[in-house]
Amino acid sequence: MKLELRYFARLRETFGRSGETLELIPGTVADLLQALRQRGTPWAEELSGERAFRVAVNQDMASPDTVLAEGDEVAIFPPVTGG
Amino acid sequence: MKILVQSAAFDLAAEVAALYRANPKVGAMASFIGLVRDAAALTLEHYPGMTEKALEQIVHDACTRWNLLDATVIHRVGPLATSEPIVLVAVAAAHRGEAFAACEFIMDYLKTRAPFWKKERTAAGDHWVDAREADELAATRWAR
Repeated sequence: MKLELRYFARLRETFGRSGETLELIPGTVADLLQALRQRGTPWAEELSGERAFRVAVNQDMASPDTVLAEGDEVAIFPPVTGG
Repeated sequence: MKILVQSAAFDLAAEVAALYRANPKVGAMASFIGLVRDAAALTLEHYPGMTEKALEQIVHDACTRWNLLDATVIHRVGPLATSEPIVLVAVAAAHRGEAFAACEFIMDYLKTRAPFWKKERTAAGDHWVDAREADELAATRWAR
């Protein structure tokens, strides 16, 4: 399945991109994160869980067991700091 | 309900007046403004689409908890200088208790649920602001 990934703030800068299209075998947010960690540095470190991050699927907050579907927009970003 | 994410400044008096002027039921208005503090400058990033949706949900949640007559949330993005306003929350209700509580609730949830990120410019360089645990605690107390 094809996913539209988006990155924000510190993670956008660290990954050197604001987004990308990724082909993934059907799975969950946890499966996507595992695939991204396998890219190595800096993905492995940023998404290891040592530094906090959040995932949204189709602009709603998601959890590791959220099931992904073809065409989903998946955003990965640091904890929010607005206001 | 009015939700805006914009780079332009806002006018507190005009926004507050717009909430009560045409509604004789309004007996209380509470408003809050957050400012750039202790930094030479800030840049605010957001997630277009999700940010507006999150703010609408927060105001909707406030409307289910209190009997509100109207509300406005305006959050600025882009570069902002010291002491510039960042965010405005204004709430209209019949009585002050509801207006005060809803205004604080909306700010507490905005700070922990709405996708905005601050990058600070200081003498030591630029850095992304870390989320504060105190903000998360402030939001969770409303769950009781």
